Amino acid sequence: MKGVLFLPRTIFIGGAITALFLLAALLSFIWTPHDVTGVAIAQKLRPPFGDFILGTDHFGRDLLSMVMVGARVSLAVALVAVGIGMGLGVPLGLAAAARPNAWWSDAIMRLNDLIFAFPALVIAILITASFGASALNAIIAIGIFNIPVFARLSRGAALALWQREFILSARVCGKSDLRISAEHILPNIANILIVQGTIQFSLGILAEAGLSYVGLGAQPPLPSWGRMLADAQTMVSFAPHLALVPGLAIVLAVLGLNLLGDGLRDVMDPRLKERQA
Amino acid sequence: MSALCFSALTLRLAGRDILHDVSFEVPAGQITALIGESGSGKSMTALAAMQLLPAGAQMRGRITLGDQDLTGLDESALCQIRGRKIGMIFQEPMSALNPLQPIGAQVAETLILHQGLDPRAAMTQAQAVLARVGLPADQFPPDRYPHQLSGGQRQRVVIAIAIAAKPDVVIADEPTTALDVTTQAQILALLRQLVDEDGIGLLMITHDLAVVAQMADMIHVMRRGEIVESAPADRFFRAMQHPYSKALLAASTHQVDLIAPTAAPAPLLCVHDVRRSYGAPGLWRRAVKPALRGVSFDIAAGGRMGLVGESGCGKSTLARAILGLDPIDAGSITLNGAPVWRGGAPNPDIRRQIQVVFQDPFGSFNPRHKVQRLIAEPLHALRGAASLPQGAALRAMIGDALIEVGLRPDDMDRYIHEFSGGQRQRIAIARALLIRPQLIIFDEAVSALDVSVRAQILDLIADISARHGLAYLFITHDLTVVREITDDVLVMRAGQIVESGPTAQVLDAPQHAYTKTLLAAAPRLPQTHPE
Repeated sequence: MKGVLFLPRTIFIGGAITALFLLAALLSFIWTPHDVTGVAIAQKLRPPFGDFILGTDHFGRDLLSMVMVGARVSLAVALVAVGIGMGLGVPLGLAAAARPNAWWSDAIMRLNDLIFAFPALVIAILITASFGASALNAIIAIGIFNIPVFARLSRGAALALWQREFILSARVCGKSDLRISAEHILPNIANILIVQGTIQFSLGILAEAGLSYVGLGAQPPLPSWGRMLADAQTMVSFAPHLALVPGLAIVLAVLGLNLLGDGLRDVMDPRLKERQA
Repeated sequence: MSALCFSALTLRLAGRDILHDVSFEVPAGQITALIGESGSGKSMTALAAMQLLPAGAQMRGRITLGDQDLTGLDESALCQIRGRKIGMIFQEPMSALNPLQPIGAQVAETLILHQGLDPRAAMTQAQAVLARVGLPADQFPPDRYPHQLSGGQRQRVVIAIAIAAKPDVVIADEPTTALDVTTQAQILALLRQLVDEDGIGLLMITHDLAVVAQMADMIHVMRRGEIVESAPADRFFRAMQHPYSKALLAASTHQVDLIAPTAAPAPLLCVHDVRRSYGAPGLWRRAVKPALRGVSFDIAAGGRMGLVGESGCGKSTLARAILGLDPIDAGSITLNGAPVWRGGAPNPDIRRQIQVVFQDPFGSFNPRHKVQRLIAEPLHALRGAASLPQGAALRAMIGDALIEVGLRPDDMDRYIHEFSGGQRQRIAIARALLIRPQLIIFDEAVSALDVSVRAQILDLIADISARHGLAYLFITHDLTVVREITDDVLVMRAGQIVESGPTAQVLDAPQHAYTKTLLAAAPRLPQTHPE
């Protein structure tokens, strides 16, 4: 594509922010500036821009290191949750679109409505509270609420495509519904799925932060952004950087992904594409 | 006196010349026709008159309305011109109307905006305007919504909006292209009447010579942004000068050489008493609407059958049933004696023998695949029945298929958006031919094409069917196409076949009243021989 030059600026800004967090998360596996589990009370509550770039918390742990490891947890939870949502939601939506008159097509969509009707975060709290607080359960809880988003989106887009003449001529050639869905429908709705994926990704980060904030996400000693915020709560008055650092990390990560999603939507907008064609 | 006048209009858009030195007048009380094929710049001319050009368009020259120069006006002054002095009629009435507003309110809006009427007076006036365009309030209450009207009635509403503020000029951009022939005739008559009674200057933009032949006072032929010939309508058809005008007329009156089939006709497709109803969606029960009410006909091997009817008559439902895309409620469809639909599923043996070419050259292909893969798709129907060519053999096969339809073998590595509408229809034919079917269904296959391209595609279809002894069912609303390309014709109305027989006989001596109506409504070119 020669359109690279005309990519909207939001893609570059959003992509750069997202890439920064991804790199930090990957780097944390092999190196962090300081140990995130070691307690060093002597160095507690240091302000930023001293020996520790972002300062230390009440146990003397380096905040930068904690943000890096926390990014790993947040991104992993959100990514896997979006993966669950896409992996189950898209096939369900495609199936419902391929046989709109089948009873199970209605059943799938009504079940979607049912899940949509519950307040997501409250149910996620219920799930993690009853099955134990852990990063894995947070992933499952957030993932379940991603399923109807992708099912509905892919069904709507696929229904419109099924009426197109190139799908009819594929049917005339005797191709099965499954084959048509994989070969013709999926590639043509991939763009909107990618855009929705980035947006769900940022929502997943927020949801994970919310769950950890109430203590139902990743468990100590593994740091996470949500719990860093919760821990900072009582000390905000004399050590505001404890709350600012994880808070800004969440804001930046979500902002980056939303910018990326917006930019991708602009590029992949079907109306824009028609103008190019 | 001339109402609207274009002088030396030149338009550049994105570095390309769209219009070049276009000068003509739209006199009051006359119909001025602007004829050209797609991309000739005729719609841009209309947009220039409304000063609704796309951003970045550079315009030179003058457009005057009466004694007012439109080119220098600012946006607020132009808003006073649009709708009040110049009305506009669009091609697709459904998208030109607001689906959420009653028709009376939409007509009244123009009056409130441009004549400063209060809503009540505007509504009364709107009813009068709607009555003038043939929608009297006692039959069509102004609180109806666009979806409750037929296509022709919607176009009447659009016309009412255009003439409500008594404009000097009305621009009609392909006003009847989306309508059936009988509706088209009524709308054209209405436009003529409005021009005669109100002294409106009508600028009619169209690709269809036959439509303007009966309507226009003055004809301007446009090609690649230039007006190549201008003449009063009667003289234009008697003695046209420019080769392009002659080519257009030749394409419109094109005759295909149909070679008589050599093989003894054996029945190929037998459609017997086919019935099909659709369930209209309802909350609790599904209302049943019959689409096919006992359709029977046969197509012989190598037979060339036409199917004519207006929109909603069941043509497409019948095509889908023959293709095995939808089940039928009753009756039988057999190809060489084998049923098209067997045991609750389409019969795979039949899939190898029927192919289809659709109307829309843009929607018929997956935009993400290359031509090679698009054309090879029907091979899927052969799997299990024959060994499929692979690699070089497959490429050779597809190359041959492209050559056969007049394209080059290396076109197979390009994407579909790189081709023009006519080329895409050639690719669609290549795809349909690849597995050598016995029957091809052409569903409005040339309706979206310009006349000159249409003539080439019809030649191609005739040539290929003769070469391969191919039978086809040619579904269309266009009677001139049927006359060209078919031996026999079926006339369909409201799910039934009302008349059938040899094409020439049906079209020259129609028996059924509906066929007569269709033929009377079809616009016809004057029987003149340009020399």
